Amino acid sequence: MRVALRHRLADRGIDRHLLLLVPAAIFVSVLFIYPFFYGAGLSLQPRAGGGPLANYQAFWADTYERDTIWITLKIALPSALLNVLAAVPIAMRMRGRFRGKRLMTTILVVPITLGTVLTAEGLLNYLGPIGWFNRVLMALGLTDEPVRLVHNYWGVFFSIVITGFPFAFLLILSYLSGIDPSLERAAATLGAGRWSRFWRVTLPLLAPGLATTFCLTFVLAFSVFPSAILVGEPFGETRVISIAAFHAAYEQYDYAMGSTIAVVMGAVELVVVAVVMGLRSLLYTGPTGGKG
Amino acid sequence: MTATATRATVRFDALRLEGVTRRFGGQDALVDLNLTIQQGEFLALLGPSGCGKSTALNCLAGLLPLTSGSIWRDGTRLDTVPPERRGFGMVFQNYALFPHLSVRANIAFGLQMHRVPRAEVRRRTDAAIELVQLTDHVRKLPGQLSGGQQQRVAIARAIVLEPDLVLMDEPLSNLDAKLRLEMRTEIRRLHQSLGLTTVYVTHDQEEALSMADRLVVLRAGRVQQTGRPEELHARPANWHVADFMGYRNLFPVRVDALDAGVATVSSDGLRLRGATVGSVTVGSPAMAAVRPEDLVVETGPSDGVPARVEVVEYAGREHVVQTRTATGLPLTLRTTARVVPGDDVTVTADPARLLVFPLGEEGP
Repeated sequence: MRVALRHRLADRGIDRHLLLLVPAAIFVSVLFIYPFFYGAGLSLQPRAGGGPLANYQAFWADTYERDTIWITLKIALPSALLNVLAAVPIAMRMRGRFRGKRLMTTILVVPITLGTVLTAEGLLNYLGPIGWFNRVLMALGLTDEPVRLVHNYWGVFFSIVITGFPFAFLLILSYLSGIDPSLERAAATLGAGRWSRFWRVTLPLLAPGLATTFCLTFVLAFSVFPSAILVGEPFGETRVISIAAFHAAYEQYDYAMGSTIAVVMGAVELVVVAVVMGLRSLLYTGPTGGKG
Repeated sequence: MTATATRATVRFDALRLEGVTRRFGGQDALVDLNLTIQQGEFLALLGPSGCGKSTALNCLAGLLPLTSGSIWRDGTRLDTVPPERRGFGMVFQNYALFPHLSVRANIAFGLQMHRVPRAEVRRRTDAAIELVQLTDHVRKLPGQLSGGQQQRVAIARAIVLEPDLVLMDEPLSNLDAKLRLEMRTEIRRLHQSLGLTTVYVTHDQEEALSMADRLVVLRAGRVQQTGRPEELHARPANWHVADFMGYRNLFPVRVDALDAGVATVSSDGLRLRGATVGSVTVGSPAMAAVRPEDLVVETGPSDGVPARVEVVEYAGREHVVQTRTATGLPLTLRTTARVVPGDDVTVTADPARLLVFPLGEEGP
């Protein structure tokens, strides 16, 4: 009887291997679930009183605060899109084996290791008013005064592209290498040229991966904080939502408001991810090997 | 399939490969392949894995550039034409069906790429689907089909364009034994009814012998022999081909005497007589080859070679028997005689069925 019970449980996936999930479960509950509910609960206890949703109402009523959503979306959506779109052709080229591939990959992936601060410093030196870029432009006579590329929207945009691109590239490269190369060869023998092969075969199979990659790079970009301060204009053009949350929590010491903004931030991310994943579910998401 | 207005019925007389060579980083995959494929022919490229047969097929399809040599369709040079403009159909070993497209869309893909009018795409796709008996599955995705059905889709997709040439790269190797036999007949039937020129790559000699009009045996990138199935079966050009053609008993011998194409050979005190293939000289080392079914077992005393039975495998009407002679030479034979391991038997061979090949410089 004991053996039979054990077998029946194992059939439902209940066996000792389940213990392997314990560290992950502890990790998730201590570092994610508890802080999340604590913060969400905090956001419903406004410092100034006035009902549990008072903070949310206040956030929404104050255009200075509310606009941080659009400011952040305006930075995060295009930069995530650019990262995904730029990574596709490069990843296409980087498939298969060729000489110098490892070097190329290393160069493309190195920005991951730089960290935001180093990237910001580099951007300030390179794109700043007396940086190489502007000096070259002026030496060539293309412009009379330096083009402003840091301490504004573009500085943050570039910073996000530099740090986000390697993620997008690595993810897309692995999605691409999951597509059986014989599919494109088959399409070629059926008369499909390079573009048709990409649009009709590779892209439809890659699209779900692109959607996932977009979501990940978007979430990374949406929570931008250091570069919005270091190479942005933190009190104007790049006052992103995380700066607003930081202000509320650590400059006005209104933890409840800070939590409120953080919850709003999470909700906006969730909406974008839900929309993208909803669109993704309309696509073919099955195996991408040759045997279908 | 019906002939269509967009294409003439006879497109070419012959396809010529001249000195086709392909090297991979200093390794010769295919060396100096010269071959003429006639319109309507079913040609098999046969050889063990790594012999260059798939390389040859990919070169033909345009999926691999040539290192040297050229390919011609009558007077037109083809090897510089990209695959999408060669007009060849290809069936891949893993089928390479587009997993996101339905059966119908997979089959219609090539017609759409060739900008065939919509009504004609529909008509020709329907005809191809009917031809491979997949009418009930047109809306399914490839992942929802069995291996045999996927195979049919791959074939339909390749032939719906009525290509000049159909290339098949080991199309049956992923199927189980029963289905393989059925599809073999199916492909042969399609070839007979459509008359599509076919180049078929396989490592299975039985498959090649049963399907092809003509065989090309490759080894280490070089053509060993070209000929009709009967020719290759009865008269392999060298011992490598013999090895591949089911001559399971191959052993080095020394030529003792020659008499009008019949050699007397010996190996460790074992004396045999056999027909020579190629230039064999007295006193030189040679290779003797004989099929298991051409060895005769006698349980009583005879002037044959004494051997002891080691392993007996049941193979339907007869048994495949592993024996070892007194001199330690293993011999595989087929017999209807009831023998058990440990039995002492004598083995004889018809001198006409035992072939003696010269040992070339490539060695055994």
